[in-house]
Amino acid sequence: MKAFLAIVRQTITVSFRSGGGPLVGLIFFLSVVIVVPFGVGPDLNLLARIGPAIIWIGALLSTLLGLDRLFQDDRDDGSLDQIQLAGIPLELVVLAKAVGHWIATGLPLVVAAPIFALLLNLSPAALGILVLTLLIGTPALTLIGVIGGALMVAIRRGGMLVAVLVLPFAIPVLIFGVMSISAVILGPASSFGLPFMLLCATTLLALVVGPVAGAGAIRAARE
Amino acid sequence: MRLTGTGLASERGGRLIFEDVGFDLADGELLAITGPNGAGKSTLLRIVAGLLPATEGRVAAAPATDGPLYTFMHYLGHRDGLKGSLTVRENLVFWQKTADSDGGIDVLDALERVRLLHAVDMPAAFLSAGMRRRVAIARLLVVRRPIWLLDEPTSALDARSETELGELIAEHLGGGGLVLAATHLKLPVPVTKTLRLGSAP
Repeated sequence: MKAFLAIVRQTITVSFRSGGGPLVGLIFFLSVVIVVPFGVGPDLNLLARIGPAIIWIGALLSTLLGLDRLFQDDRDDGSLDQIQLAGIPLELVVLAKAVGHWIATGLPLVVAAPIFALLLNLSPAALGILVLTLLIGTPALTLIGVIGGALMVAIRRGGMLVAVLVLPFAIPVLIFGVMSISAVILGPASSFGLPFMLLCATTLLALVVGPVAGAGAIRAARE
Repeated sequence: MRLTGTGLASERGGRLIFEDVGFDLADGELLAITGPNGAGKSTLLRIVAGLLPATEGRVAAAPATDGPLYTFMHYLGHRDGLKGSLTVRENLVFWQKTADSDGGIDVLDALERVRLLHAVDMPAAFLSAGMRRRVAIARLLVVRRPIWLLDEPTSALDARSETELGELIAEHLGGGGLVLAATHLKLPVPVTKTLRLGSAP
């Protein structure tokens, strides 16, 4: 447990100290949210309707930032070798990295989302649900993302490749997240309970699959 | 503790690097692994550490260790494992916490041994290559483990630090530790056994 927390803390500290950490992700998130109203024009009703989707897509894209370097940096500076000798299971190492990465990059998105959502004319009732779905959904995005990040240990180039690998697997999270909010916006025509529970289930699934697959990817990189 | 490697072979990228390599090391012994560049010195150390799978052969300890063998090892490689944005102290405390150590010495004491006490709160990115290596050596002290795998341990070190590293290795051996050192230079300590890899003299 001590080792787990130490890795979480180190990941957060390194993220904050090098490259601005959460700030870059937030500004990128804000950019995505701002760009869409310019694209679709000044139709407030339309914005309110597609708002949740835009917020979710923005969150998804910002989550991908920095994932490519999450394990590559550790490989390049030798920490990955050392952590494998430390005696803590690699699955827990990956989980700890994911938790740290989420706290540094995902949590700020959740906190900022209601403010950004005002730009998209979202109703106050939808704001609460938006934060709730993001709070549950963004960890899933990070946990799926660490698999891509771990694959980058073997593949010696990063950048967009992580996005290409991870995005398809993040689609269920996006669907269930947006559906949950739509229920509130569109009224009784659609239900909130089912998509929301599926969102929770996706997160729980990612909680198991992410660390195991990520650790597998790192092990496979020992060529 | 007795550490043995038997019939080790490594093939990487279709090239056979070495085969039928073995060693047998007891408490207090130092094995120097020598050979020209590309002979597989680093590869052998990484195999012993479990960071690379051996194509053939195995590494074992007698008596069998309680827990994975690698948790009894320190690996000092080319890449020092330091996070540039963390201070020297933060780096060492991190390794102390992750590698559940019993009986490692205090971080400040370890830094005093490698004469880096003045740099304790300096981000590791501002250290020179030799200083970084000395911090990595301090890691061997803050976490106590019986087997040291040292890959070119004297690289980037000045004459004085080299002598001091020799003293640390001698102390470790004196306390019943085992050391495997890959080097093409002369080690600053008396060598117990030598393992030559590659065909060149």
